[in-house]
Amino acid sequence: MDERKLTAMHNDQSSLLSLRGLTKIYGSLVANDAVDLDVSPGSIHAVLGENGAGKSTLMKLAYGVVSPDAGEICWQGKKMDNWNTSIARELGIGMVFQHFSLFETLSVVENIALTIKGSRSELIERIKQVSREYQLEIEPSAMVNSLSVGQRQRVEIIRCLLQDLKLLILDEPTSVLPPQHVRSLFDALRKLQNNGVAILYISHKLEEIRELCDTATILRNGKVTGIIDPNKKSAHELATLMIGRDIPKIEQRQSTNKSENAILKITNLSAKNSDPFGPELKDINLSVFGGEIVGIAGVSGNGQQELGRIISGEDLRRDLPSSSIEILGQSVTNKDVTSRRDLGFSFVPEERLGRGAVPPMSLNQNTLLTAFKDGMLKNGFIQNNVVTQFTQKCITDFKVKCSGPSAAANSLSGGNLQKFLVGRELMLAPKFLFMSQPTWGVDVGAANEIRQKLISLRESGVAILVISEELEELFEITDRIYVLRSGRLSPSLTTSDVTPDEIGEYMIGETREETEHAV
Amino acid sequence: MQFEFERRVTPSRRVMMAVPFITIAITIFLSGIMLLLQGKSVGLTFYAFFIEPFESAYSISEIFLKFGPLLLIAQALAIGFRAKIWNIGAEGQMIMGAIAAGSVPVFLTDSSSIFILPAMIILGALGGMAWAAIAAFLKTKYNANEILVTLMLTSVALQVLYYLLLGPWKDPMGFNFPQTVMFQDAALFPPIIFGFRLNYSLVIPILFTIFAWIYMERRFGGFQLVVGGLAPQAATYAGFSSKGAVWKSLLIAGMAAGLAGMSEVAGPIGQLQRSVTSGYGYSAIIVAYLGALHPIGIIFAAFFLAVIHIGGDIALVSADLPISSVHIFQGLLLVTYLASYTFVNYRLKPRKVSQEQVGGASS
Repeated sequence: MDERKLTAMHNDQSSLLSLRGLTKIYGSLVANDAVDLDVSPGSIHAVLGENGAGKSTLMKLAYGVVSPDAGEICWQGKKMDNWNTSIARELGIGMVFQHFSLFETLSVVENIALTIKGSRSELIERIKQVSREYQLEIEPSAMVNSLSVGQRQRVEIIRCLLQDLKLLILDEPTSVLPPQHVRSLFDALRKLQNNGVAILYISHKLEEIRELCDTATILRNGKVTGIIDPNKKSAHELATLMIGRDIPKIEQRQSTNKSENAILKITNLSAKNSDPFGPELKDINLSVFGGEIVGIAGVSGNGQQELGRIISGEDLRRDLPSSSIEILGQSVTNKDVTSRRDLGFSFVPEERLGRGAVPPMSLNQNTLLTAFKDGMLKNGFIQNNVVTQFTQKCITDFKVKCSGPSAAANSLSGGNLQKFLVGRELMLAPKFLFMSQPTWGVDVGAANEIRQKLISLRESGVAILVISEELEELFEITDRIYVLRSGRLSPSLTTSDVTPDEIGEYMIGETREETEHAV
Repeated sequence: MQFEFERRVTPSRRVMMAVPFITIAITIFLSGIMLLLQGKSVGLTFYAFFIEPFESAYSISEIFLKFGPLLLIAQALAIGFRAKIWNIGAEGQMIMGAIAAGSVPVFLTDSSSIFILPAMIILGALGGMAWAAIAAFLKTKYNANEILVTLMLTSVALQVLYYLLLGPWKDPMGFNFPQTVMFQDAALFPPIIFGFRLNYSLVIPILFTIFAWIYMERRFGGFQLVVGGLAPQAATYAGFSSKGAVWKSLLIAGMAAGLAGMSEVAGPIGQLQRSVTSGYGYSAIIVAYLGALHPIGIIFAAFFLAVIHIGGDIALVSADLPISSVHIFQGLLLVTYLASYTFVNYRLKPRKVSQEQVGGASS
């Protein structure tokens, strides 16, 4: 190994991993177009780009999860044929995916034993040693299902560290962390860097990258638009490279038109989670008034899914006291989705394909999904001309880029489909709009348009509830914020009076005590 | 060179249209090989299968006799399949429809009332629906898998039929054969042309096909079923009842199968006996898929399968083929169909890219 490294050095091939002209095509979409990337040993190299720029695809290519349509992968200057994950792992590459790959019913050490050789006691010892060294505290015998998202991420990182690690790939690692935990993650990463491990760090958050990374490769539409030193560029310059223009600012206005009575009122709601490992909802009290935007912050997996489904009526709990959920002063606890919609309720879920829209169906048919009461049925017969008119208006008014009303939902980009869904729900003139993760997987331009729509909707007196993981987003658009953690909701916080760190405190809550005990 | 399947961004319509034809071509090719191995004459066999059925007016009428029940059941099954409700027990629902309908002439042996046949139609439909309702109830109440339940209920239905034929409903004058009395004329559909077995029960599948087309293409109820099949979460999100979809799918199929069973006993068979279904309940599954689960496609598929049913019967005699060859032919048809259908959603693509291609792609 050392010899090869030496010859590599002599050949002036100083990079650890280099990707040459990698191209990956999915159908008509060119996810990566002749991308070059060089990671030097011991550097923290950022891959920066907005949603859909091809970052994740590139990392999957680098780790050998998918194979490229063209281009080559070199490790320490040597061209690698038949690149795949097991070779990558053997050479010392580790990857932590955005969605973790841990078995919930197994303990930490059992999960690690699946990929790392060694007896149980040896592994426990090594886990303890590594977690001490990098201050990534974890209890090896804890069950994964009892761990917070941040702790699970540590398990994934430790698993990589137990192999002879030379390169660690992290895909959007901070999206699941409260601000406080981001710092300890960065400390661990810097320590790794000092020990000679290179890090490939994928993110769309400019500030993080400027703080942590020494080189950044910027992707836009699958192409490299720049290889720069992030510390020497301003956030503004980075943004321009990333999206091709400056990030547009949202016009903020103070909420003026607040209604007297709550449009949505949730009182002492407690409910078991249908996912056996999901947190139980406990004593949730929440109200949303007309003319305000209320946000629910928190890391996903703290009961957001369940709360969302209970508010929308998709998960109907007939055993709850009838006062639990009220819309416009009426109890809807025992009412199904349709009756809630009849009261003026609209909802855009976090999964667009498969929940908010039927993927292979046309936009017309997807209009019919929730807007069918808008004069689209006559004695149960579908009035196609009314449907098409509605769809066409939605496409025009909300600037949905597509081939027309008969385009299939899954042929639209994430941002355009989200604009269509928001448009469809807004055209139904709701009194209460509920959105879950409004800009997940949505490009910057569309995300801004959607946020702007929400703000102007607020002006017209509509009550809006937004569940989001993106703190920045909530600070940008909301009037009040609640934090959901382990199925409990924090008191209402006025957005203008609170700092991200304070929100972070609520996001950590007991979790921090747990980890302290675990040491 | 290795190949891998890559998911298409959108299902290919061209492939979808080609699938039935490719299926038939490959099936014919494979069964040709099978025939050669058996030492049979390929030409003669296919002649018997595909040409001879059209050579006499009688066998053409027989094609339509088989076409009716296949069409009726396949249309109904397709509605359920598009909602992803896998009712594969149409056979049993057909038997129960035949039993329920047959009860009228069994108990009113001598009546020549004009209400006999309408009563049989209604009872036939209800019998099939009742049998399907058991599966719907178990599915919605206990989440019991409808594939298993409908399949096992078919065996139960068969035993109920055997019990009746060997016991209470046995023809006292029938020399102890397990069958009921021959039904009186008032309990039979009149033939369309005198001397042929083809009868007016053919009206039912035709009307049902029109219903199926309107329901799936124009009605909101059909749309809701399809949404439930394609994206169950989206159906819940939109407030469409998933239990309602189970009930609708199974009851429609039960009704159609029951009517088909009724048409058999009030048509070509003319009594209840051990084999009242001729396997239509299973063949209709093939028909539904071969017709791409579309009301129009199913018309052609039902006709095609009716032809090979009749052709198979002819081939037994004129090409000296064993009956299992006909079953293998049908089985090949479904397997080939499912294999070909993969290419609607996937494409084959070489796994490795050689250096020249890389150069070509980047230049």
